[in-house]
Amino acid sequence: MTSSYQLNQTDHLLHVLFNEQQKSLHISNAAITSIAAQLNLPRAQVESVVDFYSFFHRTPRGRFDILFSNCTSCGDLKLMQQLCERLQVKPDNTRADGLVSIGQTSCIGMCDHGVSLLVNGITLTSISAQQIDHMAELIEAETALAQWPASWFKVGNNIRKEGLLLASSFEPGGALKAMAGRDGAAIIDEITAAGLKGRGGAGFATGMKWKFCREAQGDTRYVVCNADEGEPGTFKDRILLNSHADTVFEGMTICGSVIGAKQGYLYLRGEYRYMLAALENTLQQRREKGLLGSNILGLGFDFDIHIVIGAGAYICGEESALIESIEEKPGIPRIRPPFPVTQGLWGQPTVVNNVETLVAAARIVLHGHHWFVSSGTWQSRGSKLLSVSGDCARPGIYEYGFGITINEILNDAGAEHVQAVQIGGPAGRLIPADHFEHRIAFEDLATGGSFMIFDHSRDLLEVIHNFARFFAHESCGFCTPCRVGTTLLKNGMDKICSGHGTAHDVDEMNRTAALVSRRSHCGLGMTAPNPIRDGVKYFPELFEARLLHQEMEPEFNLDASLEEARNLTHRDDEEAHL
Amino acid sequence: MPKVRVATTSLAGCFGCHMSFLDMDERIVGLLEHVEFSRSPINDIKHCEPCDIGLIEGALCNADNVHVLKEFRENCKILIAVGACAINGGVPAMRNNFTLAECLEEAFLDEIGVDNPQIPNDVEIPLLLSKVHPIHEVVKVDYYLPGCPPPADAFVKILTDLLEGKEPSLPKDMLHYD
Repeated sequence: MTSSYQLNQTDHLLHVLFNEQQKSLHISNAAITSIAAQLNLPRAQVESVVDFYSFFHRTPRGRFDILFSNCTSCGDLKLMQQLCERLQVKPDNTRADGLVSIGQTSCIGMCDHGVSLLVNGITLTSISAQQIDHMAELIEAETALAQWPASWFKVGNNIRKEGLLLASSFEPGGALKAMAGRDGAAIIDEITAAGLKGRGGAGFATGMKWKFCREAQGDTRYVVCNADEGEPGTFKDRILLNSHADTVFEGMTICGSVIGAKQGYLYLRGEYRYMLAALENTLQQRREKGLLGSNILGLGFDFDIHIVIGAGAYICGEESALIESIEEKPGIPRIRPPFPVTQGLWGQPTVVNNVETLVAAARIVLHGHHWFVSSGTWQSRGSKLLSVSGDCARPGIYEYGFGITINEILNDAGAEHVQAVQIGGPAGRLIPADHFEHRIAFEDLATGGSFMIFDHSRDLLEVIHNFARFFAHESCGFCTPCRVGTTLLKNGMDKICSGHGTAHDVDEMNRTAALVSRRSHCGLGMTAPNPIRDGVKYFPELFEARLLHQEMEPEFNLDASLEEARNLTHRDDEEAHL
Repeated sequence: MPKVRVATTSLAGCFGCHMSFLDMDERIVGLLEHVEFSRSPINDIKHCEPCDIGLIEGALCNADNVHVLKEFRENCKILIAVGACAINGGVPAMRNNFTLAECLEEAFLDEIGVDNPQIPNDVEIPLLLSKVHPIHEVVKVDYYLPGCPPPADAFVKILTDLLEGKEPSLPKDMLHYD
C-alpha cells in the first residue's frame, strides 16, 4: 500500500455494503462481484468482510429488520419473544412475506434507557410491552419509520454528575488557539505532565503514545478516534459524541498537529449510526470555521477527519482490529508488536485514542495540566466518566475524580440491596458486595467506564451465562484458544444453568478459562473468562446450588440422541434406548 | 508383584491407534513383564474385568459405543482417550455437518447402485446417535493421548510413566505434528 493512500469516505467498503444491505436487504453473490469490481478490491476480501460483520447478511432480512439488544442492562429477550409471537416470525428468521425479521444483537449502548433495539440500523429506546403491541401494528401496516412516534427514537444524555470534563464549557477552536506559539514537543510535555492515561481501559500514557508516534519513521501519520464503544454497559462515548463532538474533533486535530498527521478517522460503531448526520454536520461547521482543512487557524498545518462506521463487531474496539476495519478488512487483531504508533493504518505511524482521552487532551491543552491534576489520585490523574446502569434508581453518566469508591457511586445512583457490580463490562471484573470499598483508579479497579449493578433479585448465574454467550458470539474466530474456548465456556454455563452440571464441569471450566486467558491472541480472549472466574471465586455457592451431586453427567441426553435413529428405523425395542 | 492390568478398545475408530500401539515392536515384550491385557482386540477378550488402565480409541457414534465406554469407565481406574477421534470426534464426526437422515438416505436409499433400498432396522444393529461425540462428553477421562495416530513412542511413554507411578507427561515432539 502506498503512503499516499487516501480513503474516499463514500467509497469505503463498509459503507457501500451497508447501502447494499439497506437497498437489497441482503448482499448477494452478484452484488459482491460488482462491489469488488467497483471498488477494485479482491472478491475474496469483499466476501470475507460480508461474512465477518454481524450487520451484513447473505440471505434477505425483512423490510423491517429488528435487532433486540441482549445486554443485561439494555436488553430483554422476553420482549423479543413477544414481538415474534405478535408478528408470527421465529427469531433469526425472515417472515415468508419478507416484511419482517427479528433477531438479537450485543449491547447497543443504551443501558441508561432500559430495553432498546435497532430497526433498520436506527436506535429505539425505553421499549415497553405495550409498545411492542403498537410496534407490531405499525409493522403489519408497513408504516414508514418516519411515521413512527418520534418519542420512541429519543436518546437522552442522562448526565447525573458532572466533573472536570462535563462541567466546563468549550468554545470550538479554543484549544487550538491555546496551541499557538507552542510546538508539538511542548504539547506532549503538557499532556505528560497532566498524567493523562488512555480512557478506553488499558490506560497507556497518552503523552508517551503521541511522542512515540511523532518520533516513528513514516511517510505520513494518522490519528484514529476509537468510538467503537462496544463493551456492554458502556455509553459514555455516546454522550461525548452527542454533546461534545467539537471537543472530540479538536482533540484529534491537536493530536494531528503534534504528531504530523494530515488525516484523522473517527471509527463510529454501527449501533451509533443515528448520530452520523449530526457528527458530519459538526465536521462541516468546523471546516467552515477554518478549524479543519488547510492551514488551520493560520497555524500552518492541514488536517481533516473522515468518519468510518462499523457494522456490528465488538472486536473492532481492539485498536489493531479497528485499523484492519478502516482498511476495509475483517476486524481481526494484528500481532503486536509492531504497535500502531510505529506501524498502524496502511503501515504508517498511527495514534489510536479513545473518545474520552481526546476530550481530556483538548481540555488539558486549553486549561493546562495543573487544572487536570486537581482531580484524581497520585497515579490516576483527572476524572473518569462512568456509565452506570442496571438495578438502580438513577442510571446515567457520572463523572468522578479517580479514587471514588464503589459504595459512593452506588449511593449516588440510588442502588439498594446490591449483590454485585460488574466493572469494566464483561471483560472487566465482577465485584461482590464485601469489596465495595475498592476504588475506581488504575492502581485499584481500572475500567473503560462500564458500571453495571445487579441487586439481589438478579440470578447472577444467568448474568454470567449472558456474558459467556456474548464472548462466544463476539470472538473473531482467528485463534483457536478463543474461538473454541469461548464456546466451551458457554457450553459449560449452558449445562450448569440448565441443572445438568457437576463439580467436574466447574473444574473443567476453570481449566479451560485459564487456558483461554493465557493463550489467546488478543485482549478479547484474555479477558473473556473473567466473569466465570470471578463468579466461581466470589459466588461459589451460586454454582454449588445448581450442581448435581454425582461424578459426571453427559454433555447431552443420551436417550434423546437416539430419537432420530429410532424414527428412521421404526424401532422401539430395549436396545433402541439408552 | 501383580501385573498391571490394561484393557483397550476401538469405538468409532479405524484401529489405526491400535496399529500404532503395536508399532512399539519388540518393546512390547518388556512391557508384558509388567502388564497383562484384559479386554482388547489384541486378545479378543469380550468383556472388561476390573483394570488399572483403559485405552479408548475412537469416537462415540452409536448405542453400543456408549455401552462399551461405560463398561470401561466402571472397570478402569485410569481411563485414557487415545487419538483424534476419542478426543475430538475426528473423521467420524465429519457426519455432524449433516443430519442422520441425510447420511442414511444417501448410503442406503439414494446412492447409485443401491439394490433393494431400505434403512437397516435389524435389532442386532446398534442405533446411531444423532451426532458423533468425543468420549469425554459422556464419561470422565483422566488423560489424553493426542495424535492421528499417537506415535508408538507416546504409548510407551504414557504407560511407562504410569507404571513408574509418575504423572504422565509427553515431551513437545510427541505433541507436535506440523
